[in-house]
Amino acid sequence: MNSDKILKYVLFFASFLILLISGGMLYSLIQGSMLSMHHFGWKFLISSEWNPTKGQEHYGALLFIAGTLFTSILALIIALPMAFSTSLFIGEYFRNTRMASIVSTLVDLLAGIPSIIYGLWGFYILRPFIVSIGLSAQGYGIFTAGLILAIMIIPYATSLSNTSIMMVPNELKEAAYSLGATRLEVIWNVILPNARSGIAASYILAFGRALGETLAVTMLIGNANIIPTGLFSTGNTMASVIANQFGEASGLQLSSLIEIGLLLFVITTLINAAGKFIIKKMA
Amino acid sequence: MGIVNKHTKINRADIYPDHFGRRKFKNNLFLGTVIFFSLITISFVFLIIGTLVVKGYHQINWAFFTQTPPDTFTAMMAKSSGQLIPGGIINGITGTLYLVAIASLIAIPFGILIGIYLYENSSKRYASFIRDITDVLQGVPSIVVGLIVYLWVVVHITRGYSVLAGSTALAIMMLPLIIRSTEEAMKMIPDTLKEAAIALGTPYYKVVLRVLIPTSFSGIMTGILLAISRIMGETAPLMLTTLGNPAINWNITKPVSAVPLLIWQFYNDPNMVDLIWSSTLFLMGFVLILNLLAKWIAAKRNF
Repeated sequence: MNSDKILKYVLFFASFLILLISGGMLYSLIQGSMLSMHHFGWKFLISSEWNPTKGQEHYGALLFIAGTLFTSILALIIALPMAFSTSLFIGEYFRNTRMASIVSTLVDLLAGIPSIIYGLWGFYILRPFIVSIGLSAQGYGIFTAGLILAIMIIPYATSLSNTSIMMVPNELKEAAYSLGATRLEVIWNVILPNARSGIAASYILAFGRALGETLAVTMLIGNANIIPTGLFSTGNTMASVIANQFGEASGLQLSSLIEIGLLLFVITTLINAAGKFIIKKMA
Repeated sequence: MGIVNKHTKINRADIYPDHFGRRKFKNNLFLGTVIFFSLITISFVFLIIGTLVVKGYHQINWAFFTQTPPDTFTAMMAKSSGQLIPGGIINGITGTLYLVAIASLIAIPFGILIGIYLYENSSKRYASFIRDITDVLQGVPSIVVGLIVYLWVVVHITRGYSVLAGSTALAIMMLPLIIRSTEEAMKMIPDTLKEAAIALGTPYYKVVLRVLIPTSFSGIMTGILLAISRIMGETAPLMLTTLGNPAINWNITKPVSAVPLLIWQFYNDPNMVDLIWSSTLFLMGFVLILNLLAKWIAAKRNF
């Protein structure tokens, strides 16, 4: 066997690592949550009772699923105008200018800030601010968590939207301008219809990010095991409950937490797959 | 309009009576809105970093980089007598460097190998499957990665929280980033360069070592630095895998601290509040420098 073949085999077998990690992940999550699955079955998904008291243990994931979806959807709604404006700023209005490259560097930096720093900033700066303008008594809850999440996902929503806005052919835009269209009309009638799948994909991927965020949300949502009833209600998310209770959990509780991890894994994978599918169809 | 001659100023709105003024107004209003929201977006960067600097700088001193954190009581005493909290975060700094080093040792070689594999076999069905799985892996929430590594390493290999577990979790998060950036960097290499090497009868392993890796080096380097800067501040997976340690530890099978873990501890201890901001400032500074370094290398690259 010559050296060329050896290298080819090394490269080929290295790729097994990816299969091993992802396959092992799914296997271990399913195996770890077996106990809880046997115990609660499908009811795990529709029960909103979470009671770790020994003797009357009962676990259901609904309230965490609800909390995760509420905060993430709210984050997406808040992020939408900011991310959309920023990608128009970078990709259309000021494209290829110094301004655009500064803004784009800053937005990238936003993606580089660790989750725990967002959490601290939210806890010590944003939360007191929300209390002081009288929106909520304690400042914890869906709204505060959603607001911080929105800032965190802006860069993810922006980066791909930029590219797809920039990819719209110049001929199309020039044709519209030559008919007397204003910039706004070009954006609305030419750029958006052409870039819409890329923009949609970027928001879907950003939503996937929001679902799995842990610490920033944990520090702001209030960690109350109830289904959120309104914008300023407290709640809990799937990632937060794992982070909060994993340390002291064992037996059925541990298994239930792993099942929540499995659910989170499946949901984020489906959302990401949807986003990637749209990107692939676009290309 | 009266008599029109060459001195008459003609308003566009007179020629095009189709609400041009209104359209122009809407156009400008939209531009204003776009600029307004973009400014809000970037203002968060300044607000967050500004807060860290203003609140954190006075705790940054020599002890901060050379000592371990004080216990709650010492911190409380120092605080009540109006002094700075003594001690620092040396156990966290060494822990973070240790964790990142081991994680890089695992993730960088494998990441580059798999990246080369994907580049060389880009049209194969199996390779595109691997690429999809890599994307899935990149989207897995960090807390789930922590959960998995707990089940694998903490339970079965080191039988307790350990450096190895934390590094494995960080390596799993680094891997997809390095794979994709290696592949993207290699795609930028002109085919002619590779063909020239092959035409000279160069063995394949030499093409990889002498042509592919050197020419895409800056791209790969950018990817590695960005990956390190992303995992450096990860807290959630470390809570499930390395737990923390009040002292400096170099034993790979024992728990270790990390800067983000210390921040989390300080956050949960009301006496330590002052140390939070200096630690976050330090972490943010480190991440920022890595990010800017990566940008700088990317800007300098030849291809």
